[in-house]
Amino acid sequence: MTHGPRLPRALHPGAWWVWALGLAVAASRTTNPLLLALLLAATAFVVAARRDSSPWGRSYRMYLLLGAVVVGVRVVLHVLVGFGYGGHVLLRLPQVPLPAWAAGIQLGGPLHLESLLDAAFEGLRLATLIVCLGAANSLANPKRLLRSVPGALHEIGVTLVVSVSVLPQLAESVRRVRRARRLRGDTSRGLRAVPRVALPVLQDALDRSIQLAAAMDSRGYGRAVPVRSATRRLTGVLLLASLVLLCVGGYGLLMTGGGLAAPVALVLAGGALAAGGLALGGRQWVRSRYRPDAWRAAEWLTAGCGLACAVALLVAGAVDDGSLMTSMQPLHVPALPPLATVGVLVAALAAVTAPPPVDHRRRHPAPAPAERLALGAAR
Amino acid sequence: MSQPTAAVTPAVPAAVVLRDVTVTYADATEPALSRVDLEVFEGELCLVVGPTGSGKSTLLGLVNGLVPHFTGGTLAGRVEVLGRDTRDHRPRDLADLVGVVGQDPVAGFVTDTVEEELAYGMEQLALPPDVMRRRVEETLDLLSLAELRHRPLQDLSGGQQQRVAIGSVLTTHPRVLVLDEPTSALDPTAAEEVLAAVTRLVHDLGVTVLLAEHRVERVLQYADRVVHVQDGVVVAGDPAQVMASSSVAPPVVELGRLAAWSPLPLSIRDARRRAAPLRARLAGRRPAEPVGGRAVGAGDRPAQVPSLRARGVVVRYGEVVAVAGVDLELQPGEITALMGRNGAGKSSLMWALQGSGPRQGGQVSDADGRDPADLSAERARASVGLVPQQAGDLLYLDTVDAECRRSDDESRAPAGTCAGLLARFAPGVTPATHPRDLSEGQRLALVLAVQLTADPAVLLLDEPTRGLDYGAKHRLRDTLRELADRGRTVLLSTHDVEFVAGVAHRVLVMADGEIVADGPTSRVVVGSPAFAPQVAKVLAPEPWLTVEQVRAALADAPAAS
Repeated sequence: MTHGPRLPRALHPGAWWVWALGLAVAASRTTNPLLLALLLAATAFVVAARRDSSPWGRSYRMYLLLGAVVVGVRVVLHVLVGFGYGGHVLLRLPQVPLPAWAAGIQLGGPLHLESLLDAAFEGLRLATLIVCLGAANSLANPKRLLRSVPGALHEIGVTLVVSVSVLPQLAESVRRVRRARRLRGDTSRGLRAVPRVALPVLQDALDRSIQLAAAMDSRGYGRAVPVRSATRRLTGVLLLASLVLLCVGGYGLLMTGGGLAAPVALVLAGGALAAGGLALGGRQWVRSRYRPDAWRAAEWLTAGCGLACAVALLVAGAVDDGSLMTSMQPLHVPALPPLATVGVLVAALAAVTAPPPVDHRRRHPAPAPAERLALGAAR
Repeated sequence: MSQPTAAVTPAVPAAVVLRDVTVTYADATEPALSRVDLEVFEGELCLVVGPTGSGKSTLLGLVNGLVPHFTGGTLAGRVEVLGRDTRDHRPRDLADLVGVVGQDPVAGFVTDTVEEELAYGMEQLALPPDVMRRRVEETLDLLSLAELRHRPLQDLSGGQQQRVAIGSVLTTHPRVLVLDEPTSALDPTAAEEVLAAVTRLVHDLGVTVLLAEHRVERVLQYADRVVHVQDGVVVAGDPAQVMASSSVAPPVVELGRLAAWSPLPLSIRDARRRAAPLRARLAGRRPAEPVGGRAVGAGDRPAQVPSLRARGVVVRYGEVVAVAGVDLELQPGEITALMGRNGAGKSSLMWALQGSGPRQGGQVSDADGRDPADLSAERARASVGLVPQQAGDLLYLDTVDAECRRSDDESRAPAGTCAGLLARFAPGVTPATHPRDLSEGQRLALVLAVQLTADPAVLLLDEPTRGLDYGAKHRLRDTLRELADRGRTVLLSTHDVEFVAGVAHRVLVMADGEIVADGPTSRVVVGSPAFAPQVAKVLAPEPWLTVEQVRAALADAPAAS
């Protein structure tokens, strides 16, 4: 593959997303707490090894927190309204008698260890899924991913990038206006305060977007080469047809009973038509990319690690249902299925297959925070 | 119309041609520009001057077709940029010829790091990757941005952001560069930095530059031609000729007019070489009234209770220390200017003094010994009023009249107080106008009136001169003097040395969160080349700061020839 030490560079964001989605698929196939914990450890390991110093690189912790909240909510819900089963009763909560029409819903009552554990593991599965996506978010700059979308979807990509940048600005405006209100001695709260904050903030946002639109227009955004109307019509027909095929094919796939061959063929044909339509539609936009992200061996390997993990879990699930989808009824210590374990370990290899990230701070030492304020004339 | 440049060098082709252009916006009764004929030649630095609302921005917008393609309105006549008619070419179709940088560089940023921003325009023009790579490197060097290349745009200082904005349009190698007030938000040093970059482009690359600026004193000496816009009428010509009758003129020109120098000097150097007789006439005299009508300086202060006293004020945001232990006393009837480069901690100090902003350490007390931060918002503003940098944040109703009435209610002032103040600060504002439709100066007057309805003993103003033309600045100056004469205390932060010279008794200079200079205006501003007003530079070592002082001195002295 590579010889000598590899140069630090940013991995293609698409590779990180494929890797993370692979892990997410794997996580969705199991409630085995050991496997889930191993998956979490794998994401944490890779993020710790390969994230860069950017703000989104620091977001992983937020997703862990969100995962913990998900588990907590799931457990609390189970304690309050869950249907308990199993032989070990932990404690008995006072049961609220419900009218006859609410039969099947139980409020309070005995709390069983088995069902509580099942609920917690269920929550852990969802939490792991969230953390997998969070790992992708902190490893790959979401804006760079949007820059890699095909030409025909460029407009949507730009719209998303702009709206992502607007949010922090909006928060900043709100803070500023709230602070300014105190200067007028206006400390009203609640509904009365809404228009007083919202109006200046919205006007501010509107002004900014108009200025941004003018700036983008002056810088050549949306320069299109004229296309023949026949081409435009053909693009429309292709995309519409692909949409229909994908819908019908998807319905066929989800429907129980009936063969798989026809729906799969429909979906494949739809995908091909969509690709053709996008390529044709992209032709009218002439644009080049500055330092595009390359897709090289490291990208293949990293994406492969994630996919291998997903395949291992899917195969393991098909072969043996017991150890992946564990039920704690009867109570037992969950086992670690070998094939799935290997799959998760392969996923952790991404920490090695991906090149080390570029540390811009080290190459260009950032000024100490106190100095940063004073910069400007000094340069 | 006279075209002296064309007469001298007939071979120079015109980069921008306006033929009998009249622009009328949708709801307007009067045209924004009427019957404009103008040619801007290649390689010229063309300075566009005029009061607010005179049509400067419209004139600049015409060059790349933003007017009328983006703004709407009707355009009569013809606008051609290097042979392309803006009638058939939208702004995006002119992007390879014309680079435009708006007033607020941050509002025009599309990406989030320096390098990507520089490449954005080239990506839209589909330049090959190797060309893009090379031009980004060249531009980084040209504007001294190399060490900032990976930095997020939001973390840069104002001067750096402005240079990135200029760089981002330069990478496409435009033949015409349009800059709308490129230095209005910058401190004197950062402004020099940007202007140096612009003049270098004109001289080294032969780029044609159209530049609008309120602070004419900063740019005039570099201009090859001045375009004066007033009430939609455009006059273009040699800088000295246009300045002789211009409604906006920097102090050096006003001094030249006063002393009847011909041709008018445009730079400090020109003026200084002519100023020997004037210096001789003024020798031995002292400015009759120390600026603003009161002689209060740090040295000879009468013993009285300070209206605001601060001890060891500290403001920090996380690890960043914005204000590092500032001690400050403000006297009644005194106008103090707070200067210092962008990010020196001026705004943080003002918010901390008013009590609405964060303050991690130190004490602040008003004349009655109360800390404004402990008072209710309503009582705090009756003690210390603050006009923030984005003054418009305080306005949320849909007419001027409604804002005034609300303000009377808020301050429990008799009905009509606020409207009365507004009528004094900015006569002729229609009460039914939406606050958004006011000019920069009128909006500031409205916010000032709102804040003064509570009649605070101390008034803090954060960058009030930003975006004001000379007329609006003169009105603000008179308002502040009137307040000081009534015994109120004023503290204002600004980058405008000429304004400071005309209004402030005392100047504080902040750097890195600390006050590094404190003293009477005449001593502090003259002490440093960056802060010295033009008149002081021309007449040094005589202690004159403003044209007003010189005029007063000459008026009571018989002309000694």
